[in-house]
Amino acid sequence: MEDTRTNEHILEMRDITKRFPGVLALSDVNLQVRRGEIHAICGENGAGKSTLMKVLSGVYPHGTYEGDIVFEGETVEFKGIRDSEARGIVIIHQELALSPFLSIAENIYLGNERSARGVIDWNATNAEAAKLLARVGLDERPDTKIVDIGVGKQQLVEIAKALSKEVKLLILDEPTAALNDDDSAHLLGLISGLRDHGITSIIISHKLNEIEAIADTTTIIRDGKTIETLPMKGAEPVSEERIIRGMVGRPLDSRFPEHTSQIGDEVLRVEDWTVHHPIDQSRKVVDGASFHVRRGEIVGIAGLMGAGRTELAMSLFGRSYGSKISGRVFKDGKEIHAGSVHAAIEHGIAYATEDRKRFGLNLIDTIQHNISGSALGKLARFGVVDRNAELKVAERYRKEMNIKTPTVAALVGKLSGGNQQKVVLSKWIYADPDVLILDEPTRGIDVGAKYEIYTIINRLADEGKGVVVISSELPELIGVCDRIYALSQGRITGEVARQDATQERLMQYMTMEKDVTPR
Amino acid sequence: MSTDTNLAPAMPSGEKPRLSIGERMSGLGGNARQYGIFAALIVIVLLFQVLTDGKLLLANNVAALFQQNAYVMILAIGMVMVIVAGHIDLSVGSVVAFIGGVVAVSMRDWGLPWLVAVLLGLAIGCVVGAWQGFWVAYVGIPAFIVTLAGMLVFRGLALVVVGETIAGLPSTFIKISKGSLPNFLGFANNMDVVTIAIGVLAVAAFVFSQLRARAQLRKHELHVESLGAFVAKIVGVALLVGILTVILSLSAGGTPIVLVIVGALVVAYSFLMGRTVFGRHIYAIGGNRLAAGLSGVNTKRVDFWIFVNMGLLAGAAAIVTTSRAGAAIAAAGQNYELDAIAACFIGGAAVTGGIGRVAGAIVGALIMGVLNMGLSIMSVDPSWQMAIKGLVLLLAVAFDLINKRRAGTS
Repeated sequence: MEDTRTNEHILEMRDITKRFPGVLALSDVNLQVRRGEIHAICGENGAGKSTLMKVLSGVYPHGTYEGDIVFEGETVEFKGIRDSEARGIVIIHQELALSPFLSIAENIYLGNERSARGVIDWNATNAEAAKLLARVGLDERPDTKIVDIGVGKQQLVEIAKALSKEVKLLILDEPTAALNDDDSAHLLGLISGLRDHGITSIIISHKLNEIEAIADTTTIIRDGKTIETLPMKGAEPVSEERIIRGMVGRPLDSRFPEHTSQIGDEVLRVEDWTVHHPIDQSRKVVDGASFHVRRGEIVGIAGLMGAGRTELAMSLFGRSYGSKISGRVFKDGKEIHAGSVHAAIEHGIAYATEDRKRFGLNLIDTIQHNISGSALGKLARFGVVDRNAELKVAERYRKEMNIKTPTVAALVGKLSGGNQQKVVLSKWIYADPDVLILDEPTRGIDVGAKYEIYTIINRLADEGKGVVVISSELPELIGVCDRIYALSQGRITGEVARQDATQERLMQYMTMEKDVTPR
Repeated sequence: MSTDTNLAPAMPSGEKPRLSIGERMSGLGGNARQYGIFAALIVIVLLFQVLTDGKLLLANNVAALFQQNAYVMILAIGMVMVIVAGHIDLSVGSVVAFIGGVVAVSMRDWGLPWLVAVLLGLAIGCVVGAWQGFWVAYVGIPAFIVTLAGMLVFRGLALVVVGETIAGLPSTFIKISKGSLPNFLGFANNMDVVTIAIGVLAVAAFVFSQLRARAQLRKHELHVESLGAFVAKIVGVALLVGILTVILSLSAGGTPIVLVIVGALVVAYSFLMGRTVFGRHIYAIGGNRLAAGLSGVNTKRVDFWIFVNMGLLAGAAAIVTTSRAGAAIAAAGQNYELDAIAACFIGGAAVTGGIGRVAGAIVGALIMGVLNMGLSIMSVDPSWQMAIKGLVLLLAVAFDLINKRRAGTS
C-alpha cells in the first residue's frame, strides 16, 4: 500500500469557520485526510468535532460556513446531505437513523430503492442486501426487522447502507459508544477491512485505546480550533497520554468566582450502586458506583459521553432511569429508599436535568408555574394554590437569579437557554433540597450566564447543601468543585481533590478501560 | 377554604357560563385566545340575531339554548381536562346511554326515588371512569384505544340494559332538564324576580371578588391592571349578565334548572383547574409529561382521577339527557363525545395537550349550540347543519394554529 496513492489527500477542509448566534463553533479549522486511511478526530465534548462533520456532510449547507472543502481534488459546495452522499461521503451518526419496523434490506435501500418505474424489485433488494451483509460480516437474513437485532448489528446495517451508496469517505461519529466489547472489536475490524478495500474513514471517538489501535492519523480539535495532527504509525507511536495532553491543553482562567467551601457532615452516601439499561437489561449502565457528598461541598462527576453520568443521577433520583437497580443510599447517615421522584424530593434530593426542554420545563406554561412546579404543596392549603404567594415566590427568584424577562407570566419557551436554566435552578432551589444534583448546568449557555450559574452553585453550598455537578467540561469541574469523581463505562474510576485535579489526570481516569480499573 | 374561595376570580354563582371568560382575564398569559373565542361567540350570536330576524334571542329560545346544550357543556368540562392532560375520551356518548338506562331502570323497575337514582348514576359514572382510567394510567394503553373499546362496550351494555325505550319516569326527575326555578317572588314588569335576583347577585359577586382580588394584589405589592381596563372589564361583564338576565326573566319559566347546575359546575371546575394543585398537575402533565414526572408529579394517579372525573360528569350528562328526553333509549348519546371534543377544540384546547380552559370549552359548546339553534330557526336542512358545524370546527382550529405561528410560539 506504500505507493503514491496513499499520499494523495482525498479530503482537505481549509480554514473552516462556523458561527452560531453568539458562539464561534469552529475557527479556521484545517483537516487533511489521505486516501485510504483511518483518520481519528479527538476532542472534548463540545470541541467542535460533530459540527465539523456536519459541515463536511452538508448538514450545514455551503454558505452557512466560511472556508473551502476540497474532495478528490475538487472544491465542493454541498447544499445538503444528498449532495455529499452523491459524491460518496456518508456519515453515520451516533443516534442510528434506521426505521425500526422495516427490514434490514428495506433500511439499506431506504430512499435509494431498487425499483423499476416506482415498483420495488424485491428480489434485487434482498439479493443485493444479502451481499452487502456478507461484506460487513452480519449473519442475518435481509428480511429481518431492525427491532429484532441488537445495536451492534444495527451499526453494521448502517455501514452496509453506506456501502450500498458506494461510499468513498465514511464518517463514524462515536460508533462504539453504545456497543459491548465484542461488537466494538468486530466493528473496528470491519473498518480496518474497509480501509484495505480503499475506503477512507473518519472516526470520532472518545475511546482512545480504540484510536490507538486502528487510526493512521489523529487530528485533535479543541475549542473549535485544530490543535495538531499526529501520525499514529510513525517512528514514535503516539500514546493515549499524548492525545490527552492535546485535548485538554488549556490553562484555567478566571472564569470562575472565588469560593472557599465550608464543608460539614456527610449528607449523601451511595454504596455499590448498579443500574442496568431499561430495555437491554443485560447491559450495566452504572456498575458498582460508590460516592459521598458532604454538606457545603461541591462534588463533581466527570465522564465522557456514554459513561453513565446522567443514568447514575437519574437512577438515584427516585429511580427515574434504568432497571434492576441495586445498591444502598444513605441520607444524613440513614438509609433511604426513594422509589419515586416524589419520595426523592421528600428525602431532600433534587435533580436538575441536562435536557431542559425534554425533561425540565413545561415550555408552554409560565415562568411562575414552572418555578413552583416541584414544590407546589408548599404554596397550597387544602389543595388550593395561593396564587399571590406563588407570584411572590416567582418574583423573588426572578430578582435573585436575574432571570431576564419582563414578567414571570411570560412563557418559559420564549426565554433564552441561560434564562431557562435559571428557571430550572429556581424550581429546584425553591424545593429546598439538601442534595442538589445539577446535570450539565451550563450546557448551551453563554459565558456571562455561566458565571452567574457558578455563583449560584457556590451560594447553595454556602447554605449547607451538598451540590453535585455533572459536567463534560473539565475546566468547569476543576474551577467549581471541591472534589471530583471520574466515571468511565459506568464505574467510578477515580476520585481527585480540587488541589490535585488536572485535566490530564481526570481524562486518564475518564478513559480508563474496564480491565485496568484500579479498584 | 372560605378565604381562598373569595379570592377566586369571580364566577357568579348559578348563572351565565359565558361569564367565566371574564374570569380568566386577569390571569397569566394565553388570554388573547380566550378573548378571541368569546368575541367570536358574540359575533355569531349577533349574526344569527340578524339572519333570524331577531328570533334567536327571543326569551324562550335563549332558555332552550341552555336546556338543549347542557349535556355538551357538562361533558366538555370533563373532556377539556382529559384533553389538557394529553388524552381523549371517545366513550362518553355510549356511557351516557348506558348510565341513562340504568338510572331509568332503577326508577321504573326497582322503584328507587329519583334522588337515589341520580346518585346511583353518578356513582356508576365514577366506576366506569375508574375502569377506563385504570387501563390508561396503570396499564399504559393509549386513551384513544381504551375509550374506543369503551365506546363499543358501553353502547353494548346500554342496549342490554335498555332494550326498548324506558319511559314513564317520575315528573320530578324530568324537571331536572325541563323545569325552571320556582317563581316564588312573583313578576315585575313581566320579569321573573327570582331570575333578576340571581342576575344581580351574580354581578355583585363578580364585582366583589374582582375588587377583593385587586386589593390582595395591591397588598402584596404586585402588578395590577390599569383602572380603566379594570372598570371596562366590570362594566362589560355586568352588561352582558344584565342582558342575559333580562332575556331569561322574560322566558316562560325563568331560570332553567340545568343552567344553575351547569353554572355551578363551571365555577367549581374553573376553580379546580385554575387554582388547585390537582389542576396545576393536569396542565403540567399535558405540557410536558416527562418534566412533570421528574418534578415529583404522580402522573399515573393524575391520569386515573381525570378519567374517574370524566365518568362522573358523563353520569351527570346522562341524567340531564335522560331527564330531557323523559325516557331512556339505547341510542341516546350518539356523537356526544364528538360534540364535547369539538367544543374543547373550538374553545382553544391544544390537540397536543397542556392548553385549554373550562371557560373556553363552555364557549365552544355555546358556539356550536348557537349554530344549531340559529340554523334550525332558519330551517336549514339538518344535513347541512352538520356540514357547517364541521367546517366551523376546522376553521376555528386552523385560525388558532395560524395565529400561534404568527406569534412564533409553535
